[in-house]
Amino acid sequence: MTETRIDRRMAKLKAEGRPALVTYFMGGDPDYDTSLSIMKALGRSGADVIELGMPFSDPMADGPAIQAAGLRSLKGGQTLVRTLQMAADFRRDDDDTPIVLMGYYNPIYIYGVERFLADAKASGIDGLIVVDLPPEMDEELCVPALRAGINFIRLATPTTDDKRLPKVLQNTSGFVYYVSMTGITGSALADTGKVAEAVRRIKQHTDLPVCVGFGVKTAEQARTIGASADGVVVGTAIVNAVANVLGPDGRRTADPAEAVATLVSGLAQGVRQARLAAAE
Amino acid sequence: MNKPAMPNSFRTGPDEQGMFGIFGGRFVAETLMPLILDLEEKWNEARTDPAFRAELQALSTFYAGRPSKLYFAEGLTRYLGGAKIYFKREDLNHTGSHKINNCLGQILLAKRMGKTRIIAETGAGQHGVASATVAARFGLPCVVYMGATDVARQSPNVFRMKLLGAEVKPVSAGHGTLKDAMNEALRDWVTNVEDTYYLIGTAAGPHPYPEMVREFQSPIGTEARAQILEQEGRLPDVIIAAVGGGSNAIGLFHPFLDDKDVRIVGIEAGGRGLDGIEHCASMNAGRPGVLHGNRTYLLQNEDGQILDGHSISAGLDYPGVGPEHSWLRDTGRVDYVPVLDDEALEAFQLCTRTEGIIPALESAHAIAHAVKIAPSMGKDEVIVVNLSGRGDKDVHTVASMMGMEI
Repeated sequence: MTETRIDRRMAKLKAEGRPALVTYFMGGDPDYDTSLSIMKALGRSGADVIELGMPFSDPMADGPAIQAAGLRSLKGGQTLVRTLQMAADFRRDDDDTPIVLMGYYNPIYIYGVERFLADAKASGIDGLIVVDLPPEMDEELCVPALRAGINFIRLATPTTDDKRLPKVLQNTSGFVYYVSMTGITGSALADTGKVAEAVRRIKQHTDLPVCVGFGVKTAEQARTIGASADGVVVGTAIVNAVANVLGPDGRRTADPAEAVATLVSGLAQGVRQARLAAAE
Repeated sequence: MNKPAMPNSFRTGPDEQGMFGIFGGRFVAETLMPLILDLEEKWNEARTDPAFRAELQALSTFYAGRPSKLYFAEGLTRYLGGAKIYFKREDLNHTGSHKINNCLGQILLAKRMGKTRIIAETGAGQHGVASATVAARFGLPCVVYMGATDVARQSPNVFRMKLLGAEVKPVSAGHGTLKDAMNEALRDWVTNVEDTYYLIGTAAGPHPYPEMVREFQSPIGTEARAQILEQEGRLPDVIIAAVGGGSNAIGLFHPFLDDKDVRIVGIEAGGRGLDGIEHCASMNAGRPGVLHGNRTYLLQNEDGQILDGHSISAGLDYPGVGPEHSWLRDTGRVDYVPVLDDEALEAFQLCTRTEGIIPALESAHAIAHAVKIAPSMGKDEVIVVNLSGRGDKDVHTVASMMGMEI
């Protein structure tokens, strides 16, 4: 398939010799305008790739933080149409930062796969992460997405053994998302030694960049994980930064976009020190 | 939507990918995929292993009390004045419902796979009780996820599970019903993949669960078919079962699917009517979508967000249905019709008074349909209703619906 913004960004970072900071946020949380301002804040505070969360009523692989964010977003009126609109709005100011849509299959299935891919492409979407579509279901969305020129980024997990890895990697493009532990989003970080070993194992099977997520919350963790991985994914910490400034009565204690910018600037410093620290 | 082609047999599915036509499949996170493939392999070994079958047979006979009786409901038949009504008495099984059939099969499989911890989801609590029961019997720790709403309306079953040594974890997400319990069970499973066996209670979820649960529940239909042949000398005209996820229904239906003269009717929870969203009639008012590992008819909005639904019966309070039912619906082999809360409640009382049998509210939905159709049928015609469970657990719900306090 043709080169996407993800491929270009990853190649550039490789040349710079540092890992990518991949940031997840929930589209539409707590409302469209605030969420768009958060997305823009991610772009200007050092996020190299943006994962735009598509809310779903039944997020089976997510922990309490992202579950709650999804509910806030749906309550705020977010739909898949509006999530695509958000990407298109973001693209007016930023045509370089890759955008990956992340979520579950049903809203896409109901939208209609071909129509979704056409609209996603037109909105400036570069990749998809769909949690409940394993390689066994590739004909549903993965193969059509590749045909449409959109990367399909697959999750590899600690339960994906050497025998299964080739199947998981077969139609993967953009990067491989290594889930650092068995569990839901927002759990505690896995042993960094084990993570490094898993990244090495995956790299024996593919030339794609390997980004590591699930459990990374601080700049220090981003630095440590980034020493061995091509990218570090942070999600729950960002979602929490938003939740923390939304008061229980809906009165905000600070600007959510600023809270996210502060966190992400720190994380961006973390990934920039990763290889320096490793070389010491 | 185009009707799928009529197959030569309705009993050959699913295919190797776990599909019944466009329904079914394996829509799960990668973390679970190796487990599901392993489960499929172990299940395929076990189902043909004479030792496994013998152990299950012995437990079914001496522990669960199978075969369950096919009972001629003479009082109800006389009252309605039409077709002869038979009850398949799954309520007489150990733990009081059909759920034990599946739990015995799966716990043996869990043991065979070397798993040391059982998790389950439950709606009415019948599957939770059956899971806690087999876990106690085989000495395995058991965690049951149950919606907070259901915990409140099925308190006797919650206490039973605790007595049996299970840990009941209330789930307050969503409306706090079966759907939310299933999400939470999946989150547990994805976290504890090494040692945990997920004992799904209905014929839904990722392949191979729908097929496996069907097979463990099929003795219902196999026995009923032989029993009616023995007692009436012929096959029934109509068979009826309530459909939530659809395990008792598929258990009754499957052995009859190729008997083309037998009309098969599945009853969905019509709740307070199909006009609004206060029902669980996914096959009458929903559309195909993907949830909990399979593609099937679901109650959802135009954005693909799953709706919560409503039923008086906790066991039918689920916005989806097993994928094989969706396929049987689209092929036209089975008719799926809704029964309202009020109609179920009326049938519950009628059955109690004319038969001296207190049926589960789930089963009362199936009885309600028999009440509707029997009077206009001939006296020589035969209806078999699956009495999937006993109603003791529901007396609090029924009392409050009748405006009484107990």
